[in-house]
Amino acid sequence: MQVLVCIKRVPDTGARLELTADGQELDTRNLEFTVSPHEECAVEEAIRLVEAQGGSATVLSLGPEAAGEQIREALAKGIERGILLETDGGEWDPAATATAIVSAIEDEAFDLVLFGNESADAGNYQVGVRVAQALGWPCVTSVKQLELESAERALAKREVPGGWELYPLTLPAVVTVKEGINSPRHPSLRGIMTAKKKEIVRLKPEKSAAQLVKLGLKKPPEGRGQIQMLGEGTAAVPQIVAALKELGVL
Amino acid sequence: MGRRLAQQMDQPLAALLAGAPEASGLTDQLKEYGVSRVWLTGDERLARWAPQAQARVLARLIEQERPQVVLAAATDRGNELLAYLAARLQLGLATNCTEVHPGDDFTVTRLRWGGSLLEEARLLSEPKLLTVALHVNAPEPQPAESFQIEQFVAQLEERDFIIQMSKMEESAHEGVSLAEAKVVVGGGRGVGNAEGFKSLEELAQLLGGAVGGSRVATNNGWRPHADQIGQTGAQIAPELYIACGISGAIQHVVGCKGAKNILVINKDPEAPFFARADYGVVGDLREVIPALVEAIRRERGD
Repeated sequence: MQVLVCIKRVPDTGARLELTADGQELDTRNLEFTVSPHEECAVEEAIRLVEAQGGSATVLSLGPEAAGEQIREALAKGIERGILLETDGGEWDPAATATAIVSAIEDEAFDLVLFGNESADAGNYQVGVRVAQALGWPCVTSVKQLELESAERALAKREVPGGWELYPLTLPAVVTVKEGINSPRHPSLRGIMTAKKKEIVRLKPEKSAAQLVKLGLKKPPEGRGQIQMLGEGTAAVPQIVAALKELGVL
Repeated sequence: MGRRLAQQMDQPLAALLAGAPEASGLTDQLKEYGVSRVWLTGDERLARWAPQAQARVLARLIEQERPQVVLAAATDRGNELLAYLAARLQLGLATNCTEVHPGDDFTVTRLRWGGSLLEEARLLSEPKLLTVALHVNAPEPQPAESFQIEQFVAQLEERDFIIQMSKMEESAHEGVSLAEAKVVVGGGRGVGNAEGFKSLEELAQLLGGAVGGSRVATNNGWRPHADQIGQTGAQIAPELYIACGISGAIQHVVGCKGAKNILVINKDPEAPFFARADYGVVGDLREVIPALVEAIRRERGD
């Protein structure tokens, strides 16, 4: 089985988000980079499928040269090969991203293409669907369980209030996954060493015209007023009880 | 948002109910909220969710009616449906919009980073496709002056059902769900282990609430992933959220923005979560929570 997993390099944010002076980007000077939790799970799912079924897994990222770091991390966990669609670092809208991915993979023979349900930063919820439609493949989004029934059939499940929706699919297919589908592994020391020798194919895709153009970013207004401190340690308990009563929850 | 936008653009607001015949039960509600024209497909095959087929029906209706804007709710299904539609028609799509500014330059404000940042963006293609962020606009009833219902024949083929939900498996439901709970008690790194959640559960039970956790708690297996509150988990909107031993990373905070009140209990007075809370207690949750449980029991005379 040939599996492709697509990831996106994003800043690893902590408790605060700061913008650059021109309001165009997140100020990443003090931040590390990572991929979203959904995508970490997509990488893990790709590795597990290949461990169980045989075949090989490939990781793809569209982004700046530095996105090679995130590809290398996936290779260290057990993915075999990387593809970097190298950009100048600017924003690519979902349609342009999907077009570049499709042209990079249409000559390959993948059975399954995995995405995270949405990227952590842009949250457009559509690159996976666009890739599937361009390839004429079925696609299920928001998947939290994936079972392979045969070489051609899979069952994808998504969690909704009160239960699970079941979607049978015929491969090849695109599946976008959510965190919770598995618990991602950490790379082993040996994995990190072997990853250094694995191949990363570097391509420079053509950027198609954007339909959704970012004009700028801003912080939302802080909705909350002044915090009321109720005290320290167990001495605060009577004030907590009073506050619970005031809020009508006790 | 659709009605306000339609009024601003001086256009009628219409709706498509692409579902099984039962879906027609929603027409009264649409009328009450300002829709003046409804199309019904009444196709049995659409009773179970089939995003590609739904998108095909919508694409055909768009071709016939040429609307300027097409909106859906930014739910899993709404985002999925418009993504299929955008892909099929090769149009741009702005998801999770909080504001729309029609005009020569059609721009939107949309959520990024799970809602911790806002983006201003221009949508170039026509018609404009967008999904509306949840819990942003309070719906107000305002019936349209006229109202008509029409049938729209779906004309679907076998291949449109390449993807369709086969069935729903119901899961055993215990207690109040995170999404519905009036009180949510959340635990993070400070809880320390799965055992540590016991006192949080007792507190939640006394308050008729539900227990959730930060990403640290679910990643460490202290709670199942379905209990995660955050950008990649559940978004909650209770009357009161009691956050215990949670520092307040963006990933978590965007999941509880909808809470009316937030009480943060953390032994680190520098925890960033205090800056986003309504009430704060500096203290070790492993002492404060059991003492609080005790006090509530005493209060109730147990």
